[in-house]
Amino acid sequence: MALLNIDGLSKEFDGLRALDQVSFTAEKGEILGIIGPNGAGKTTLFNIISGIYPASDGEVAFQGKSILRMKPHQVSRLGIGRTFQIVRPFPNLNVETNILVAYGHRFYPDLWNSTGPFRRADTLKEVQILLEKTGLQPYQKQLAKNLPLGIKKRVEIARALALEPRLLLLDEPSGGLRFEESARLMGLIRTVRDQGISVLLIEHNMQVVMDLCNRIVVLDHGSKIAEGSPETIRSNPQVIEAYLGKSVRLEDEED
Amino acid sequence: MISGYLITILITIIVYAILAHSLNVITGHAGQISLGHAAFFGIGAYTSALLYTGGGFPFWASVPLAAVVAGVVGAVLGIPCLRVRDDFLAITTMGIGFVVEAVFLYLPFFGGAMGIGGINLPKWFGREMSKPEYFLLILIVFVLLILFDRRLGRSWIGLAWSSIREDEQAAEAMGVDVVRFKVMAFVLGSTIAGLAGGFYAHFLTFIMPQNFGFGQSILILCMVVFGGIGTRWGPILGAVILGILPEISRPIMEYRTFVYGLLLLAMMRFQPGGLLGEESTLPRMLRRIQFRPSENR
Repeated sequence: MALLNIDGLSKEFDGLRALDQVSFTAEKGEILGIIGPNGAGKTTLFNIISGIYPASDGEVAFQGKSILRMKPHQVSRLGIGRTFQIVRPFPNLNVETNILVAYGHRFYPDLWNSTGPFRRADTLKEVQILLEKTGLQPYQKQLAKNLPLGIKKRVEIARALALEPRLLLLDEPSGGLRFEESARLMGLIRTVRDQGISVLLIEHNMQVVMDLCNRIVVLDHGSKIAEGSPETIRSNPQVIEAYLGKSVRLEDEED
Repeated sequence: MISGYLITILITIIVYAILAHSLNVITGHAGQISLGHAAFFGIGAYTSALLYTGGGFPFWASVPLAAVVAGVVGAVLGIPCLRVRDDFLAITTMGIGFVVEAVFLYLPFFGGAMGIGGINLPKWFGREMSKPEYFLLILIVFVLLILFDRRLGRSWIGLAWSSIREDEQAAEAMGVDVVRFKVMAFVLGSTIAGLAGGFYAHFLTFIMPQNFGFGQSILILCMVVFGGIGTRWGPILGAVILGILPEISRPIMEYRTFVYGLLLLAMMRFQPGGLLGEESTLPRMLRRIQFRPSENR
């Protein structure tokens, strides 16, 4: 059974079809790239999986169970962590506390548990391990708003990992980063995958996508136009057309 | 001896301090704006007044019940309200304020514009409490509330509130049940405001709808913002300063609102975080003197 099963998923915004009958699966322990030109519906897809938008039609099942009607906090407690295209760590909390918020998923559901102090020896030890793994230790006590973008993105990933997820949704992790920063972040994503956590990766940087992903799904105008290994996607004429247009005249097309 | 005038001011200030603290739970800790907080203050005051004068309940029962009723009303009104965000929440809570004030004003049951009189200070040891004793009683309650707030601030509930205040969407993506924690803050804030209302009614001995109108809601919000929204002591400092101000500015009575306005404008311009806000001048100076490691927020 696939970890994530998306079947005939559609989403309409006031008549605009953002997603049209999209189906694919994500298996355990793979990095699945989601690519496509701007406006293809990639982030919309993430927002539906994580419960922010309701779907217009179709089904999303996680570990064989439908999650379509769940609220975002229920989806995240089930084991789906995410980051945002425009980073949103909690700006006025330090890095450690940012991560603690996510560890709270163990305590929030029960009123009595949630009255206990959030600085507990056992949880703090786990935070240390996570900080070490993500290379965030030097920033532990710094407010998230004062950190550079690359570190903020790493905080977001660490925070999502604190949910103890089986699936991570990463929305353009390399966006806005310099080459070295982006390379380090990709190393982290690889480590995450090697621990058996599946990753859905929205990415515009083709080199990153081709390097990192086991499989790739291509969206264009809300529809899935291709799916397969990086090699087959690279040579797929429909994909090339979606990215570059039909009659390629580079002088005119570049912006 | 403490004069009667001074003790009256002290009691008024401490009631305001509790009230400002109660709004701080909703607006400061959980980040949810409320422009109708005086409604819950009023619900507490009217509940305890009616139970005392009409129901024959003693003070010791009427005031806790006032808190409970205000909390229950807070839950009933909060659950639908807190599904909307930001500016909509401001308008909805403002609406609650106007409706509650109108209910007090137009329903004969609540005494109409004449209000309710004949509410007395509590009795103990077979006699009526003196005003200094009453002050001490409220002070003790206030200290307990602050201790409770400190405990909450260090709990997972407090952490969930911080995350909602910082970024609601990110919070729910991290497993925080946003609606539930917002309602929790709203109920707790309303309960404490109701408690303050009970104390207020028994001290004034006479309450009217105007005491709990829109102006009062704004005044409470001013105290919170002025002192430092979200900080533990800021709203209390705000309540003390804005509570004393009308007394020391009696000579310029007519210009009082004008002075208030100027003060708030100056505040917004020079200390947007409030007097005790994290990045305001005063805490910075204190930190430099004391040099202690920064708080783990």
